[in-house]
Amino acid sequence: MIRFDRVSKSLLGRLVLNDVSFEVAKGASLAIVGPSGAGKSVTLKHMICLLRPDVGSVEIGGDAISEARGSELDRIRRRFGVLFQSSALLEWLTVAENVALPLREKTAMSEEDIISTVNERLRLVGLEEDREKHPSELSGGMKKRAGLARALAEDPEIVLYDEPTSGLDPVSARSIDNLINTTRKDLGVTSVVVTHDLHSALSVGTSIAMIYRGAIVEMCSPSEFVRSENDIVQQFLKAQYITDSGAWEIKQ
Amino acid sequence: MNLTREPESYPRPQNVPAWLGRKVIFLARGMGRALMLLASAVRTIFPHAFTVRARREIGNQMYIGGIMSLGVVTVVALFTGMILALQTGIELRRFGQEVFIGSAVMMSMLREMGPFMSGIILAASVGASIAAQMGTMVVSEEIAALEVMSISPVRFLVMPRLVAMAIMTPLLSLYGCLMGVLGGGIVGETQLGVAWAAYIQNSTRFVGVKDVYVGMLKAFVFGIIIVIVACHEGFGTTNGAVGVGNSTRRSVVISFLAILISGFFITRFFYV
Ligand SMILES: Nc1ncnc2c1ncn2[C@@H]1O[C@H](COP(=O)(O)OP(=O)(O)OP(=O)(O)O)[C@@H](O)[C@H]1O
Ligand SMILES: [Mg+2]
Repeated sequence: MIRFDRVSKSLLGRLVLNDVSFEVAKGASLAIVGPSGAGKSVTLKHMICLLRPDVGSVEIGGDAISEARGSELDRIRRRFGVLFQSSALLEWLTVAENVALPLREKTAMSEEDIISTVNERLRLVGLEEDREKHPSELSGGMKKRAGLARALAEDPEIVLYDEPTSGLDPVSARSIDNLINTTRKDLGVTSVVVTHDLHSALSVGTSIAMIYRGAIVEMCSPSEFVRSENDIVQQFLKAQYITDSGAWEIKQ
Repeated sequence: MNLTREPESYPRPQNVPAWLGRKVIFLARGMGRALMLLASAVRTIFPHAFTVRARREIGNQMYIGGIMSLGVVTVVALFTGMILALQTGIELRRFGQEVFIGSAVMMSMLREMGPFMSGIILAASVGASIAAQMGTMVVSEEIAALEVMSISPVRFLVMPRLVAMAIMTPLLSLYGCLMGVLGGGIVGETQLGVAWAAYIQNSTRFVGVKDVYVGMLKAFVFGIIIVIVACHEGFGTTNGAVGVGNSTRRSVVISFLAILISGFFITRFFYV
C-alpha cells in the first residue's frame, strides 16, 4: 500500500533521510520509533507529499505520490487521514466544526449526515462533551483526540498518526492505542504510527521500524523487535524498561 | 502548487555584486510567486465565491478588515483633511483666496490621500494580521493539514480575504475622502473664516467623475496588493515564532512599497 523506494532527502543542507526503503502492506500497521530528530515526521510527510524526495520515490497503492501534482495529488491524498504532531486544528472553529470541515468542504453530504458522522467520531474519541469548545480551550491530549476524530472523519483507507499518545496520561494513551487497533481491525485501514513510546509501538504495530539519523536500522515484527540485537534498539528498549522480552510476550 | 515552502539556505554571498544579484533574483521570484498566488485566487472566485459558506466568510472578512478599520480611518482622514486645509489655507490667504481650500482638500483627498491613506492603514493593520495568521497556521501545520485534506488554502483562506478587501478598500477610501473634506471644512469654518456653504460649493465645483473612479481604482489595487502580499509572506513562513514575526514585518514593508510604487504608476497612467 505504501512503498518507499530508496528515498533520500536533505533539508537546509543536512541529510535527514538517507536511502530509506520499506513497504507497508494493505491493512497492516507500521509503527515508526526513534529518537527525537531522527526523521520520523519527515518520513510521514513524504507519504502525503508535504515534502518531495530529492532521490527515490514514494508510491501509494501503485500511484507515485512523489511525482503527482494538482488533481492527481488531491485524488491520492483523499485516501489519507492524518493526525499531525501538533494536531493542526483550525483555531477559529469549534471541535465539531473542525471534524465536520472535510465533510462540508469536499463532500455533498447532507447536514444531518454530517452532524451524525461528527457525533459518532467525537463519541469514538470521547469528546462529545467538548464539541462546542475551541481548540485553544482544550488540553494537549484533547487536541490530539480531536485531531484524531478529524483524521477519521472521511473513512480514510490509510491513517497516519504522528505521536498520537505523546502528552497523554497513560490511561488515555492506552485507550488511543486501542482506538488505533480497532480502527485498523474493524475498518481495515492501513496505518502508520510514529511514536516515542515503545509500549504504544509494540501494541499497535504489526511491524516496527526503528529510524536513527535518517536511516532505518531495524524493521521487523514486535516479537522480533524486543529480541533485536541492534545496539540502538537495545538502548531504546532499556530506556523504556522493556528489558525482559519474555515478560512482554506473556503480556500479549 | 505547494504553498508552504521547504526552508532554504544559501551560502553567504562573497561580494557586493553577488549580494545584489541575489536580491534581484529573490525579488523577481517573490513577485512571480505573488502574481501566481493572485492568479490562482482569482480563478477560484467564479466557481466558489457564491456558495453560502463562502459568502458568509467573505462577509465576515469584510467586517474584520473593513468595518473594524472605520474608527482609525475616520480619525486619520479627519486630521489629514484638517492639515491639508490649514496648510493650503495659510498659503492661499496671502492671495485672499482661502475659499479654494475646498477644491484643494477635495482633489488631494480623492486623487491621492484617500486611497493612499486607507492603503497604508489597512496594510499595517489588516495586512499584518493576515500575514501573522497565515504564518502561525503554517508553523502549527494547519496549512499542511488543509492541503492534505485537499481543501485548497487558496480557495478557503486567500479568496475570501481577497474579495473582501477588494470591495472594502475602495469603500473605505471613499469614506476617508468624505471625512477628509469634513475635516477641511471644520478648519475652514473655525480657523480660516471660510463659510461652510462656500467651502462645500468650492470643493464640489471642480470634481470630475475621473477623480472619483481613478481614486477608487487605486484603492482597489491597494486592497489586492495588501492581501496577496500578506498571504504570500505568511505562507512562506519558516522557522517558528521568529519566522512569523519576520513574515509580518516583511509583509508590511513590502506592501507599503508596492502601494507607493503602484500608486505612482496609476497616477502617471491616468493623469499624464
Ligand atoms: N522544516 C524543516 N526545516 C529544516 N529542518 C527540518 C525541518 N523539518 C525537519 N527538519 C530536520 O529534519 C530532522 C528530522 O526531523 P523530524 O521532524 O522528522 O524529527 P522526528 O523524528 O519527528 O522528531 P520528534 O520525535 O522530535 O518529532 C531534524 O534534524 C530536523 O532538524
Ligand atoms: Mg516528529
